[in-house]
Amino acid sequence: MELVCPAGTPAALRAAVDAGAHCIYCGFADETNARNFPGLNFSRTELTEAVGYAHARGAKVLVAINTFPTAGREALWHSAVADAERAGADAVILADLGLLAYAAEHHPDLRRHLSVQAAAANPDAINFYATAFDVRRVVLPRVLSVEEITAINREIDVETEVFVFGGLCVMAEGRCSLSSYATGRSPNMNGVCSPPEHVDYATEGNDSVARLGGFTIHRTPKGGAAPYPTLCKGCFTSGDKTGHVFEDAVSLDASALVPRLAQAGVTALKIEGRQRSKAYVAQIVRAFRAVTDALDARRAPPALALARLSEGQAATTGAYAKTWR
Amino acid sequence: MDLTIAPNPFFWNAEFVRSFYAGLAEAPVARVVLGELVCSKRLPFWQDEIPQAIAALQAAGKEVALTSLALITLKRERKLTADLLGLGLPVEVNDLSALHHIPEGIPFWVGPLVNVYNEGTLRWLARRGAKRICLPPELPMASVAVLAGVAQAEGVALEVWGHGRLPLAISGRCYHARLHERAKDSCQFVCDQDPDGRDVDTLEGQSFLAVNGVQTLSQAYACMADHAARLQQMGISALRLQPQSTGFDAICADYAQLLAGDMTSGALISRLSAAHPDMPFCDGFGHDGAGANWRGKAVLV
Repeated sequence: MELVCPAGTPAALRAAVDAGAHCIYCGFADETNARNFPGLNFSRTELTEAVGYAHARGAKVLVAINTFPTAGREALWHSAVADAERAGADAVILADLGLLAYAAEHHPDLRRHLSVQAAAANPDAINFYATAFDVRRVVLPRVLSVEEITAINREIDVETEVFVFGGLCVMAEGRCSLSSYATGRSPNMNGVCSPPEHVDYATEGNDSVARLGGFTIHRTPKGGAAPYPTLCKGCFTSGDKTGHVFEDAVSLDASALVPRLAQAGVTALKIEGRQRSKAYVAQIVRAFRAVTDALDARRAPPALALARLSEGQAATTGAYAKTWR
Repeated sequence: MDLTIAPNPFFWNAEFVRSFYAGLAEAPVARVVLGELVCSKRLPFWQDEIPQAIAALQAAGKEVALTSLALITLKRERKLTADLLGLGLPVEVNDLSALHHIPEGIPFWVGPLVNVYNEGTLRWLARRGAKRICLPPELPMASVAVLAGVAQAEGVALEVWGHGRLPLAISGRCYHARLHERAKDSCQFVCDQDPDGRDVDTLEGQSFLAVNGVQTLSQAYACMADHAARLQQMGISALRLQPQSTGFDAICADYAQLLAGDMTSGALISRLSAAHPDMPFCDGFGHDGAGANWRGKAVLV
């Protein structure tokens, strides 16, 4: 199986390649990608150099251009596709219909993957993108169980890639406006979710409070620091219930499911975390590479001790287990 | 500019559905989108009402379309989607996979849960057969203006979210079931207890969101009355109003008067607030800010 690893910086990309990543995904330093964070991502020159570094070591580079272009400013996204091809990228990861159509027409030889942001959650959706835009691989949304992924792979001809580790969206990706409702900035339009410039931490009485756009997302007793106020991981009240209405402060760890995902016909395993450090990336990549190598050699994969690398120190297998729903 | 009624996102019993659409047949609205948007498990409880509702609405001269589900994953749901066209009405695509079942050359509508953010996407959909598109609520006004021009050139009627709790997210997980400590597969249809969704407040009591099965809505009701004139100037052809369980006939009548120039937006807001004193409002997306913001002012007349 192919291991697809995140890189927010050229240094992280080199660390991932050196740690054994088969494939690295990254983006340009602007709102054309869904991890548009300050200090992150690649210039055109950096991407060209990074592709050279990866290719020389047998690794591929995928460029995520997976936000939805703004009306009147599509040229920024169009030039990102052209620049990715010029830099020698092995594929672009796209979500927007219009941008897929543009890339298929103007860059037919540049391989197209469908981003998780397109949330193609059934064989009809995947076959639609494959037929209309010759998409070769689909990153599956995190709403599907392993059984459903198996069934999907029986009905499609394109490759599938699934998330196995890192941050976890509980909503169908690319179809969530919670962040813009609270802050005016969203993953789809701006490549950010619950953005830091709208975050406010305060100490009030005995509590530490984390707010997003003025809405209280966490309130923890003094001594415990309030976690980062990612909207869907917040603690809220509904009627007589108070708690994590949408999702607990957990992140995804499907490392134990890798053999089943391989049986389900999955081609590639994706690790989330372009915002994470190069040391983190290297550690996760090495751990997962041991798993894929074992599978390729038909050995039992090692159990991974990744718990301390998970956000919030707690992990879930998310929608891969049907009971999560 | 006229009025389109969005598919009802909530789980109402058959009797309530029947009286709701009978009432809507008398309302001054141009068209109605019917069908189950949020959860296929609900459909057997009220689907027998759909043919009657279609007949009543059509007899009253309204255009009727059928919505796809917002998130299609199960085989049963794919079959439901494929069968939609068989009823001979336009299908409103709210999950792009519905397009797989609509042959080239058959006209269709596109709902606000499909990501139409730019000219390229709008043009592609128009050339594939889209005749009517409701834009995603989070779209900034500058984008709406650009897309209104493209839509006119492509012969597509463009709609903007006008009223109702904003559809903010859809998930594989059922939050209603989760709040009752159940999983989606064993939900026992608890979303029927909340005819307008279940309120979710912050720990400090700020009204914030509402859950509706697998859907998350804003708790505030979008009211774009103050923006109607500007949208009309841009060439937007309809405002979309989302069903709610109380006072909806009056809401339709008020928005119709607003569009006809017989009521000011201030008066509309004042009437809405009087009829629904506990209903929070928002129109932030109309001001390119946080969607939750509200600048509307009630003007007593």
